[in-house]
Amino acid sequence: MFWEAVRRAHDEEMARDENVICMGEDIAVAGGTYKATSGLYKKYGPERVIDTPISENSFTGIGIGASFLGIRPIIEIMSVNFAWLALDQIANSAAKIRYMSGGQLTAPVVIRTPGGTAHQLASQHSARMEKVFMGIAGLRVVTPSSPRQAYGLIKSAVRCNDPVLINEHELMYNLKGEVPDAEYFHPLVGSERAREGKDVTLFGYNISTHWCLKAAETLAKEHGIEAEVIDLYALSPLDRDGIRESVSKTHRAIVVEEAEAIVGVGAEVIAIINEECFFELDAAPVRVSAAHTPIPYNRKLEQAAIPHPEKVVEAGLKMLGKN
Amino acid sequence: MSLSLDDKKRLLREMLFARRFEERCYEAYVERKVGGFLHLYPGQEACCHGVLEAAKPGSDYVITSYRDHVHALKCGVDPKRIMAELYGKETGVSRGRGGSMHIFDISRRFMGGYALVGGPFPLAAGIAKALKLQKRDEISICFLGDAANNQGTFHETLNMSALWELPVLFVCENNLYGIGTRIDRSTAVLDQYKRTCGYDLPAQQIDGQDVELVYAAARAAIAHVRAGEGPFFLELLTYRYRGHSMSDSNAYRKKEEEQRWSKRDPVIILRDRLVGAGVFSRNDFKAMDSEILDFIETEVIRYAEESPEPKVEELLQGVLATDDPWVKDGATVGRKE
Repeated sequence: MFWEAVRRAHDEEMARDENVICMGEDIAVAGGTYKATSGLYKKYGPERVIDTPISENSFTGIGIGASFLGIRPIIEIMSVNFAWLALDQIANSAAKIRYMSGGQLTAPVVIRTPGGTAHQLASQHSARMEKVFMGIAGLRVVTPSSPRQAYGLIKSAVRCNDPVLINEHELMYNLKGEVPDAEYFHPLVGSERAREGKDVTLFGYNISTHWCLKAAETLAKEHGIEAEVIDLYALSPLDRDGIRESVSKTHRAIVVEEAEAIVGVGAEVIAIINEECFFELDAAPVRVSAAHTPIPYNRKLEQAAIPHPEKVVEAGLKMLGKN
Repeated sequence: MSLSLDDKKRLLREMLFARRFEERCYEAYVERKVGGFLHLYPGQEACCHGVLEAAKPGSDYVITSYRDHVHALKCGVDPKRIMAELYGKETGVSRGRGGSMHIFDISRRFMGGYALVGGPFPLAAGIAKALKLQKRDEISICFLGDAANNQGTFHETLNMSALWELPVLFVCENNLYGIGTRIDRSTAVLDQYKRTCGYDLPAQQIDGQDVELVYAAARAAIAHVRAGEGPFFLELLTYRYRGHSMSDSNAYRKKEEEQRWSKRDPVIILRDRLVGAGVFSRNDFKAMDSEILDFIETEVIRYAEESPEPKVEELLQGVLATDDPWVKDGATVGRKE
């Protein structure tokens, strides 16, 4: 399961290098809200597996400061909503330090944080912040859609000399999927073709990759449309080549994002399509995005605010003139 | 252990150098050779010099705010390369990418100047956490102003530093003003050292204008931290002669207040003490001064003036690691072709 893959990556990296530590709220004695660090406290002790007070900005800053001296902290921000509080240290310290020190210092921290719209968690616990992180120069942003990616991305992120933000999803920790038995490092750049197709490209990432796959299945079975699904596990930098290659083949693009459309992943991907392969397009690219509202508590309202596979199917049919 | 006469003469020279360096930065700013924001240190010299005289500059890790030139100097950073940084030159310590507020020299363990008030608190504690994990003898020293104590990072970091017994010395240079607002208009508790009792963190307040007093207090504080007894907070009462930055008209302060503090000038206090002890004459001081002024002009300024600017073609370089194998090649499964 997803949480086991996350845990395994922590365990392997901590066993290999005693400079790897992990820190966050409830991650040590309690083992993490999603069990992603369970057992590590017992194995590696309180100096390396650290329960922090609820002080997101400063414990993130402490991890960053430690990374200046070669420590490799994996910082868990329990919910991405709390990462708003840590943005000062993420943006001003971690992301800028390499550039503003003329290359003398780097902040090789990994910041893992689950977000997304889960089960009626309401306005202040349903944030999707990937667009915020993507806008920060000097920060790598990745987002796994499978246990394999989660494992491999954490492994690579720990060893990478840049700060890496790993955007996880609260609904995905029990997701099942194959993870290689052998040690595996996932690249921090690029994209993956999750499904081969020729009629339209559905761009997804993290949970929206699963919506795309489901929609592609419906489109194929019920409408004879072969949709390609590109999984943008790297959000910053985005895979310009992968985006261009797929759109040049299918000539149509739909970007599916759990967040609001404004200043988002879809806006960025469509801008890249315009810049890279505008004349390959047979239809104007569209976004399937969340409503531009705070996420409401009521279940029906909540579900209406975010995309679903059905909305992706609808967008695909419309684009291909079949509705 | 107190300072020897030779130590005091050297300290006087260093403090006078710092004063003249900062005044020359002011001139360069007025001449528009230096851009951006410029925060100057005159008036506060005894703070940084007294504390770091008791530490091991170049070995201990030092971090501070945007008012950072003199802390860098005392850590042994080359004044030519600091000035070149202010001039935005490629030969500057941060290759012209940082400017006055972002002086870095890792070879001297000067971990930088940061421009968000209170931002360095957690970074200093993080450095201390690393030192503790790596079982090293060095300590982390964080210099910030009184106004930084009104940021959340002060409280959050003091709490964690005390809780985890981190080897960090927090030095509060209380110069009575946060930008242009006097401390009694911004802060409920005027004595900053009292604010640490909420974290059971030992603290002391001392006159920050007398470098010998600062040195003695810092020695005890550093001994505490180095012995592994956890963090210490040292408050130094001081005053800056200039505004918060060069964009500050400094109109919010009374002339009488400025005059009162100018009578407690840290350079003059030490000079008069040495003259009084009969080991140093006023003429010696004048000779020292002109030698410093000459060095700044012929070496420091000339170096900054003559150095090349960064190449515009290199604008995009150095944002992310480019040669990092884990970004791409470390992968056994990449994008499926």
